[in-house]
Amino acid sequence: MLMLELTDFSVRYGAVEAVRGLSLEVAEGEAITLIGPNGAGKSSTLKGILGLERSKGVVRYRGQELKKRTPEALAELGLVLVPEKRELFSSMEVEDNLLLGAFTRFRRGEKGLKEDLERVYTLFPRLRERRRQLAGTMSGGEQQMLAIGRALMAKPKLLLLDEPSLGLAPLIVAEIFRILGGLKSQGVTILVVEQNARMALRLADRGYVLEAGELVMQGQASELLHDPRVIESYLGIRAREEMR
Amino acid sequence: MDWTIVSFLAADAVQSGTIYALLALSLVLVFAVTRVILVPLGELLVFAPLTYVFFLPSGVSGLELHGQIPGTAWLSSFLLLVWAVLDRANPSRVARLVVLALLVLGLAWVGARGVAPWLGWILAVLVVLPIGPASYRLFFQPAQNASVLTYLIIAVGLHFAYQGLGLVFFGPEQYRLPPILSGQTNLGMVPINNQAFLVYGFALLTMLGLYLFFTRSLYGKALRACAVNRYGARLLGISPAQAGYVAFGIATLIVTVSGMLLAPLISPAYFQGFLFGLKGFVAGILGGLVSYPLAVLGALAVGGFEQWAGYVSSPFKDALVFALLLPVLLWRSLRSHEIGEEE
Ligand SMILES: Nc1ncnc2c1ncn2[C@@H]1O[C@H](COP(=O)(O)OP(=O)(O)OP(=O)(O)O)[C@@H](O)[C@H]1O
Ligand SMILES: [Mg+2]
Repeated sequence: MLMLELTDFSVRYGAVEAVRGLSLEVAEGEAITLIGPNGAGKSSTLKGILGLERSKGVVRYRGQELKKRTPEALAELGLVLVPEKRELFSSMEVEDNLLLGAFTRFRRGEKGLKEDLERVYTLFPRLRERRRQLAGTMSGGEQQMLAIGRALMAKPKLLLLDEPSLGLAPLIVAEIFRILGGLKSQGVTILVVEQNARMALRLADRGYVLEAGELVMQGQASELLHDPRVIESYLGIRAREEMR
Repeated sequence: MDWTIVSFLAADAVQSGTIYALLALSLVLVFAVTRVILVPLGELLVFAPLTYVFFLPSGVSGLELHGQIPGTAWLSSFLLLVWAVLDRANPSRVARLVVLALLVLGLAWVGARGVAPWLGWILAVLVVLPIGPASYRLFFQPAQNASVLTYLIIAVGLHFAYQGLGLVFFGPEQYRLPPILSGQTNLGMVPINNQAFLVYGFALLTMLGLYLFFTRSLYGKALRACAVNRYGARLLGISPAQAGYVAFGIATLIVTVSGMLLAPLISPAYFQGFLFGLKGFVAGILGGLVSYPLAVLGALAVGGFEQWAGYVSSPFKDALVFALLLPVLLWRSLRSHEIGEEE
């Protein structure tokens, strides 16, 4: 089943069209990445999907076209975004942040929240150590882990991530992607937006490359990793950056 | 000033301070979740006991009302119906709102026919209660993401509207209401009205209740989450709009019950709401409108200051309390990031 299907999808801010005619598919159990440079329109795509920015085109989620979209309603349907800036509840405890991730499930009276909290703590032992710490006082890496853990508490059917590597040291990035790999093998469907193309393409099954709002390439991740244009524009620069 | 006077003043200070505390807590709650400084809470505080007057047998109220339905019931019901029109896209909600609007009128009708005082008491709270959340839907929700100042302007406008309606509904006079507990108890040499203990009990219950709600219940934490990070909350399916209704609902419940308990001690009239609301606001500002414990301390400070001011110069009592705002606002603005705008 297709989890998400965008057809001729556009996002516009006044006169600026940040995303133009994007078509994209995410099948159940797949990990997909959307890569591109600064300002390519990656975040705009995610915001458009959630209904946070006005968009044109068709968005289908699990086979159903969704016309009026709000983040609240989509979270209820199991589509959860880990945003670029994490958006934690900074003056609240780590554990409260995690529990709030499961709010819609709690409201529906679902069982097993305690077990899921344990599972997240097993995935991120750091969070267990710091369960009583205020979220805002944690390091950048820990905050990203919390943001992902909080989203996992919602038991998402489709997990969207906006640049999980942003501002983190390479070691932490590797750790985060290792965990995302683990989630993928457990069957969580993932759409991750990244500038760190190497990491993202190693994780993903397929990839899409966005430049200045337009789709310029798409294909199997393993092929994109070896595509000369991708290497030239993304991996090459990354490689050089990482050398420094 | 000797000890007798001090202890009498202190007793009065605690009584009014407690009411300001209840108002300040409600204001802080509403502000934290919605960024609205809900000035008209004071009006809702007096609406409840004034409504109760209509539900009392004429032997008790001393009035001949002939089963007249109080204006607050019409207002409450009208606001709910407008709400239903605004949400016409959602049929099940429209149905619920219309039923609720009719229920409010029905309850008021039953109350006005004459019921037992305790039942009339509860009916008065129930009739006034929807005005809070409905005001949110009608007047604040359409101005989503407005600045604190815009919200404040709307709130002040609403305060004038409700105050004017209060005059139309209830006239200018003060009403005597029967206490639940009559008589007095002497604490030392100071006689305290037994009814006042009900106010104190309710205040303690409210503080404990809010504390447990915000620290133990995931619903309470979700409300806090909306206050801390609206966007983050939305991504998890926590709707700040719904949180707004809940906050307005809880705040209205707190002030209406406070008004009902306080009424026998003050003989309420329509114009009293404003002073209560404003002093509760001064108390809340002392805590930066963000801290519940500071709001309570601020309220007691306002109560004490007011009694002292009344003793020193009674005609200027209220003016002196509001003059307290100036140094506080100045101090606050020097550490202004706490009341800062969101966007
Ligand atoms: N609220 C907005 N108003 C106007 N223009 C916007 C707005 N948000 C984004 N843009 C513009 O849309 C374009 C795409 O921005 P977007 O944030 O989607 O890029 P991105 O691919 O996520 O970049 P980055 O990797 O730096 O996060 C940019 O040119 C940006 O300036
Ligand atoms: Mg971005």
